[in-house]
Amino acid sequence: MAAVILQAKGISRSFGGLRAVDGVDFALQQGEIHALIGPNGAGKTTFVSLLSGRIAPDAGSITLGGEDITRLPAHARVKKGIAYTFQITSIYPRLSVFDNVALAAQARGARDLPAEVAAALVRVNMAHLAEQEAATLSYGHQRLLEVAMGLALQPRVLILDEPTQGLASGEIAGFVALVRSLVPQTTVLMIEHNMDVVMDLAHRITVLNHGQVLARGTPAEIRANRAVQAAYLGVEDAGA
Amino acid sequence: MKVWALHLAVLAGLAVAQMVLPPYHANNLARIMVLAVYAMGYNIAFGYAGLLSLGHALLFGAGMYGTGLLVHHAGLAALPALIAGTCAGAGMAALVGLLALRTAGVSFMIVTLMFAQVGFLTILYFNGFTGGDEGIALNAPQRQILGADMTQDTARFWAALALFGVALGSKLLLVQSRFGRVMLAMRENEERSRMLGFNPYVVKLKILVISGLYAGAAGAAYALLFGYFGASFASVQYSILPMLYVLMGGAGTVLGPLLGAGLMFYLVDFASSLTSAYLMVVGAALVVLVLFAPKGILGTIRERWLKWLP
Repeated sequence: MAAVILQAKGISRSFGGLRAVDGVDFALQQGEIHALIGPNGAGKTTFVSLLSGRIAPDAGSITLGGEDITRLPAHARVKKGIAYTFQITSIYPRLSVFDNVALAAQARGARDLPAEVAAALVRVNMAHLAEQEAATLSYGHQRLLEVAMGLALQPRVLILDEPTQGLASGEIAGFVALVRSLVPQTTVLMIEHNMDVVMDLAHRITVLNHGQVLARGTPAEIRANRAVQAAYLGVEDAGA
Repeated sequence: MKVWALHLAVLAGLAVAQMVLPPYHANNLARIMVLAVYAMGYNIAFGYAGLLSLGHALLFGAGMYGTGLLVHHAGLAALPALIAGTCAGAGMAALVGLLALRTAGVSFMIVTLMFAQVGFLTILYFNGFTGGDEGIALNAPQRQILGADMTQDTARFWAALALFGVALGSKLLLVQSRFGRVMLAMRENEERSRMLGFNPYVVKLKILVISGLYAGAAGAAYALLFGYFGASFASVQYSILPMLYVLMGGAGTVLGPLLGAGLMFYLVDFASSLTSAYLMVVGAALVVLVLFAPKGILGTIRERWLKWLP
């Protein structure tokens, strides 16, 4: 079995009376594509926010490559190699595409900015848009720009929060190929609602429900899991 | 290339102005250039990084009093006092920033305003030492910089132009640097910047210190060039003025502060010749500006025509 790169033990977070994430144990293996699925409100975004440091946990610990990062602020975790792309596109709308990606590259101390930015843009097939103002991009391109910023960080772990949301079907195919090309150099953790994408890409899947782990396993195991079928996939998928 | 040519042309234009303008206006221009350096510092914090401070008079005052008091009480020569004052501005910015940057938005405005009021009231309280409301005038021997006599119009103008030139060049380098890009990032989307690995607190503290360096240098130069420092320069009015200059000239433009300082200076000059309620005229001008050109003059020009303007 591959080495564990990112691990959470007994991690919890409540908002008021709601236990959004409730004692989750989780291990991300080096070089895998891991999908996080579950119904709306299952605590997926809260969970990855805990991993990336955007939210502090009430209990539990998080380690990256064996190092305890539970108390590190988000920006320090990014420096350690955890990149997060936002569910709601978060770019610099009034800066050029080049500047958006350059900020990511220079954040980790890249020397040759033009080359590194170009490389990241080529991977998302946006090299021809470098000089365009980010706000004027189509929604699909803005999503891809967000991914390019993640790539320019050259992270050890790339967390994608619903990356295909709002993409056209043609764009999704390209995106799947892109994510597949990232591993095993980068480890990918993605929240995803599109089951075709999940089943196609993920090596392993973790299912969250009511803030707890309902199931985990390979795509085949998750498909066969009755609890998952009941909670999430729905009856029509159960027979597939 | 085009950018540097434009800014060098502006500096050349200022130099020529000294030779062709009558002394009254040449003197005004010297004052405008020093105030523009102050406004450039304000612009670095507000225009580029989105830090809306209402307490920059404290930084201007730190430069002015740091220099003035050292010259007046300790007998320090003008040039080292100028450098000390510049550092005082930066140091004060660091001190205020350490605390004020724990807040954001409206709270940041209020906290910086309060700090500036503390500075202003401190100057008044120790009036035996600071000169208080009346201030302190510096005499000719105290105002010699590298052999140039700041009581002479021509020398004063060249000194102001030299300071302005250095400030303008540095600012151009700054906004075109990697750090300049991070400054914009902080203004445009702080949360995104944090998730790219930038520590917002540290970045904003650096920005504020650079801003303080400019404000301090301007305050220090003002005391030496015009031979006087007093509490009114640390009052809330001097926190608002650079904001007005920047809003009028164009926030986030390199030349906006000069244009804004110049126009506002002459607007006040003109209005006060008509009425003692000249601030009302200034207010009306600002309302018009915010309604019809919220990005300021150069901001609007950049948006419509000259996209390459830094």
